[in-house]
Amino acid sequence: MAQEMSLGGLQRLPLAERIAAEQGRSEVGLNKRPRFAERAISAFLFLCGALSILTTVGFTLVLGSEAMRFFATTEWLNANKPVTTAISTSDTQLILKSSGTALNVGDTVRLGLEENGEHVRVLEVVDAQTIIVERGVDGTTATNHPAGTLLYYAAPVTLTKFLTDTKWAPQIGRFGIMELVVPTIVITLIAMAVSIPLGLGAAIYIGEYASTRVRNILKPVLEILAGIPTVVYGYFALTFVTPLLQAIFGQQVKVYNMASAGIVVGILITPTISSIAEDALSAVPRALREASYGLGATKLETVTKVLLPAALSGIMAAIILGFSRAVGETMIVLIASGAGPNLSVNPFDSAETMAGHIARISTGDLSFGSIDYNSVFAVGLTLFVMTLLLNFASTLITRRFREVYQ
Amino acid sequence: MHEQAAPRILAEQISEQSYLDRLRARNRRGKVGRTFFFSANIIALLALLTLIAHIFNQSMGLVVIRNTVEPSTISEQPLTELSEHELENLLVEQLGGRTRVVIRDRFSQVPAAEFTNTPLRDALSVSVPAEYQDLTINDVPPEGWAAILEANLSPDNMLDVVNEQIIQPTVITSWTLLDSIFQRGSIEAQAAEKYPDDTLQFRSWISWDFITSSISSSATTAGLRTALLGSFWIILITATTALIVGISAAIYLEEYASDKNPIARLIGINIRNLAAIPSVIYGMLGLAVFVRALGDFTSGAAFGITDTNGRTVMSAGLTLALLILPLLIVNAQEAIRAVPSSIREASYGLGATKWQTVSRQVLPAALPGILTGIILSLSRAIGETAPLLVVGASTFIGIDPNGPFSKFTVVPIQIFQWTADPKIVYRNVAAAAIILLLLVMIVMNGAAILIRSRLSRRY
Repeated sequence: MAQEMSLGGLQRLPLAERIAAEQGRSEVGLNKRPRFAERAISAFLFLCGALSILTTVGFTLVLGSEAMRFFATTEWLNANKPVTTAISTSDTQLILKSSGTALNVGDTVRLGLEENGEHVRVLEVVDAQTIIVERGVDGTTATNHPAGTLLYYAAPVTLTKFLTDTKWAPQIGRFGIMELVVPTIVITLIAMAVSIPLGLGAAIYIGEYASTRVRNILKPVLEILAGIPTVVYGYFALTFVTPLLQAIFGQQVKVYNMASAGIVVGILITPTISSIAEDALSAVPRALREASYGLGATKLETVTKVLLPAALSGIMAAIILGFSRAVGETMIVLIASGAGPNLSVNPFDSAETMAGHIARISTGDLSFGSIDYNSVFAVGLTLFVMTLLLNFASTLITRRFREVYQ
Repeated sequence: MHEQAAPRILAEQISEQSYLDRLRARNRRGKVGRTFFFSANIIALLALLTLIAHIFNQSMGLVVIRNTVEPSTISEQPLTELSEHELENLLVEQLGGRTRVVIRDRFSQVPAAEFTNTPLRDALSVSVPAEYQDLTINDVPPEGWAAILEANLSPDNMLDVVNEQIIQPTVITSWTLLDSIFQRGSIEAQAAEKYPDDTLQFRSWISWDFITSSISSSATTAGLRTALLGSFWIILITATTALIVGISAAIYLEEYASDKNPIARLIGINIRNLAAIPSVIYGMLGLAVFVRALGDFTSGAAFGITDTNGRTVMSAGLTLALLILPLLIVNAQEAIRAVPSSIREASYGLGATKWQTVSRQVLPAALPGILTGIILSLSRAIGETAPLLVVGASTFIGIDPNGPFSKFTVVPIQIFQWTADPKIVYRNVAAAAIILLLLVMIVMNGAAILIRSRLSRRY
């Protein structure tokens, strides 16, 4: 028997012999032959898979390099302090208009509108009108300037300024991302306040209470909600929810406000939360439910004291994912919450989120290399990093706190 | 014994009483909880129904229409009873030199700046009477304008042109469908008082004209054709690129890469991360890479087309392809994973190579699942707005997109433009466009469900 088996492996099939004879070979090659087509196909498939890595690298490079350019820019801003008398090449004392931006010792100031005009360094501030300067610094040469020449001061973009300034207006040299971050968080919190109870409630009802028939009606409702384009939600927020809020809370509700955008973003992410939470609940083994009922617990007690703690990691992941979607949601906030940054925590005020700002500034012909173009990429990088961190946190929580059942 | 029993009975009685009370309270709480969980679903359902009802409510209703020129002042008969020839004469008589602009807007195939100095043979996309073919539009006499229009417009079209160019009806104010039905009397009174010279009529903003006319500066004549064509071209580009790459990536991850391959695992994690990145960031990637870095290619300059920049159908389609790739790959992976390994092993057992197994056994078996995933991803792409705003959709284009290197606008962007328009009347137009967009998506999702239930095999 054993001999037969080992012989079976070596036995040459008549068909194979015939093929070998036709191809002019004396024996059938049982060795693995190189198949170039197979190799090529395999390589192509790998490249397609690797494209996703390329996309990520693209994100990082594009956002990173454009944002670096933003942080490397020095904006020259009009100090509204023109010189009142003509200056010759040898003058070191400048007589200025007394109003405008105050200058300090050590400031570098540019004379005139030209990009490569003369730079001077302030050595001494005599009074509001008079300063003593060092001429022709930064490699520029001292030249004559007529009376009325404008003074420009340098406003470099720094990370500190980016994170601590409270105004976002790149055109006038204010780069405080907080004015966009705070409304983003306000809208996201409103959205979470709507979507956590709705999403978890829906998931618990569909997963634990509903009969199959009811479930077959309720689940498609959530799926349809998830499939409606966000621009439609934006329309709904502006033309239905805002008038509704105005009818309830009166004139304090602006036409564009964070509350209506937040509520509708909440409705948008409810399906995201409910579907992931439902998966997490259904992963809890049946034995835990039975044990809880066996101890005499009611259904609600089983849900709140057994199932929710057991599925906590999945539910947290669902909430964080919902949070990250709300942070990045664009069209609803662009349509319903207003056009223009505003550092406000009042939900009835209009304000602009990071994503909304990006979309609004980019609409139309944004010229490459302009301060708007570069600053938008800095906002984009901030948003990208935020969502990536949230996503990372969600993965970590799922791994760290997952209860493993056999 | 006796002394001990009495307090025990008492204790039991008390605890039984409190037990029952607590049980009732617990059951009550249970019911409250159940009601709460149920109402979450009801709220979601109400939100969906309200949204749909609100949009329908906005898409038709009573409107007050004011004519810039009353038909009775330019013609003794009603316009509908005039022959095409009479309409033409009316048009040329009323518009004078502006008739040439009508001809340009309708039939020109060259850029506006070149129109007046190009012979009509080349300038127009339609037939031109022989005697005017070599002339430029400025050399053609007024009767020639009429002849060109007559040769290319049906009587109905002619009437449309007269309406659009001379009568110029504009909607001054509009009411919702519900108001129009239930408060018709008060609306009529209000309209008669405030707008005595204008007509009050019922208008459905969705109509065949709405689908077939191009973008217009007036709400009454605004149409969706340009945006529909833009959406069509973009989805064509998205589908062709995303399909090949997405299915290939899924095959690699499921069939070729082993679970322990670190690169494959990295790709898998990476794809899940990509799915969570906000779509507006994809738009920025598209702007920097496709519009700017690859501008020569996406503008068509590399192929000899020079009148556009990189903000074209091509850039938009590629951006959306990147956006839906993660979704498509994950869906296709699931479909491939669902094919039982016995099928693969049977194929290998017959001596098939890996690619033969994948292409002749696994893919056909996974096809329904893959198709469903494709349709769902494309239906998401159709509804995307934010990335295309960033890539640079044009807000107003006069020429229909007709290829990969055209400027574009898409349906969701038109909805956004109309919604954001300060004139409230445009919200009705937006509602009509939303209904059409949702219809397209319902059809696509319906097809996906049908494919899933009809074609899928159970193993």
